[in-house]
Amino acid sequence: MAISFRGPGPIPIDLNVNGEERTVFIEPRRTLLSVLREELGLTGAKHGCGRGQCGACTVIIDGETAYACLTLAVDCEGRSIRTIESVSHGEQLHPVQEAFIEHDGYQCGFCTPGQVVAAVSLLEHNPSPTEAEVREAMAGNVCRCGAYPNIVTAVLDAARQGTGRDPGVSGATVASGEEG
Amino acid sequence: MKPFSHGNATSIEEALEALSGMSWPLAGGTDLLALMKEEVAAPERLVNLKTILGLDAIAERQSGNENEWHIGALTTLSALSQTPAFADHLGLRCLVQAAQESASPQLRHMATLGGNLVQRPRCWYFRNRHVPCWRKGGRRCFAFKGENKYHTILGGGPCYAVHPSDPAVALLALNASLLIAGAQGRRVVSLEDFYVMPRPDRQREDGYHPVTILEPNEILTAIVVPEPQANSRSVYVKRTERGAWDFALVSAAASLRLEDDVVKEARIALGGVAAIPWRANAVEEVLIGQPLSPELIEHAAGAAVAEAKPLEHNAYKVDLIKGALRQALQI
Repeated sequence: MAISFRGPGPIPIDLNVNGEERTVFIEPRRTLLSVLREELGLTGAKHGCGRGQCGACTVIIDGETAYACLTLAVDCEGRSIRTIESVSHGEQLHPVQEAFIEHDGYQCGFCTPGQVVAAVSLLEHNPSPTEAEVREAMAGNVCRCGAYPNIVTAVLDAARQGTGRDPGVSGATVASGEEG
Repeated sequence: MKPFSHGNATSIEEALEALSGMSWPLAGGTDLLALMKEEVAAPERLVNLKTILGLDAIAERQSGNENEWHIGALTTLSALSQTPAFADHLGLRCLVQAAQESASPQLRHMATLGGNLVQRPRCWYFRNRHVPCWRKGGRRCFAFKGENKYHTILGGGPCYAVHPSDPAVALLALNASLLIAGAQGRRVVSLEDFYVMPRPDRQREDGYHPVTILEPNEILTAIVVPEPQANSRSVYVKRTERGAWDFALVSAAASLRLEDDVVKEARIALGGVAAIPWRANAVEEVLIGQPLSPELIEHAAGAAVAEAKPLEHNAYKVDLIKGALRQALQI
């Protein structure tokens, strides 16, 4: 079978975002970040550097953090995408968000959605991280205000308070290429 | 980013049929999409390899009397760094160290080992589309007499950008080979022969001068690492400006087998010093057959930089690589 190529003009793409099936009509060159923000109205993930160096666009794809600015939306068909918008339930904030408020884990707040998503993902994989593990897991998220000490404190505190409210996800293991 | 069309490959054969000069393979995309956003690269079609099942598997296989590890080219750096069979293996752990110290958690979730080995240089002249540097088809290297703090000290030109991969350096020390699929069939190439210094007559359709022998219509499908002999040990030492998430200023990988403190085998590879991952044959010659004493290590570190020709702003790399190598040999 020869590959069927789509584009370069707009094509329909089916995405699963925060548990909902969404269809968008976009060019293959569109990044997941631009589709989330401009097509789906999910503006929590931020466009910072646009080149995978700042982490403001961090989302969770199939259970692992990724940069939405260096991911093509068309490559996300059939995969599960979670954004910062899925982290709280209405007015009820996630314990990581509560901890960021409690410990002042930000100044300007631009990087905060990405920081929170990275922290939530860390605690889902490792509910009791050491400080070194927190620093390592958060290393892909830059904060130009320099709120790092408070961010680390917030993540450690959220871990102490326990965040395991989603057992289906919190028990997830890291894919290690064992399949196929 | 320039417009392009996109297709999902479901088999290597399908992908090979679709690849050509301006029809490129896409894996993790962490390098390619960044280049396309800068419009330093502008392929007309992308062939998504991530939809080919089984290219991300890690398996131990027997080859003759030897065991070897097959790492699918689509294995992500995070999966590689979390493979206990490597992490707990003294002989192979340099590969895990190199993968773990690459990039950031998000990028390691996305980036594949195959893509990491064929990524393009990080040189700021190369990555700027307004600078017609030699590496991307222009007339000259702007780093040679320009801002060259992060550039090469070994191997010379005509391009002075270093190869940015950490895992490639570890794999060179581990004597890895690569499986390559092409329309004419499969071939196996040692990693050492896979990388070649850039030269004027080796050029891609878009002007790019590659440093690998991979042709545009070929796919790197697996990385094969031979099981090290008993009593082998390996280590990867990386020097960076920042404590987290940075490319190597320099790095050193050492794979050694000692008997009664005497070096029986040694493979030494250096990163951040040349346009390709650099095999330090002169260091190996100093080490093999000798007791691993502080004096020998000092002698070996000197041998690593005997041929070094630093540029105006990167003489610091000479001492830095000596220190990295000393540390690698002391572990």
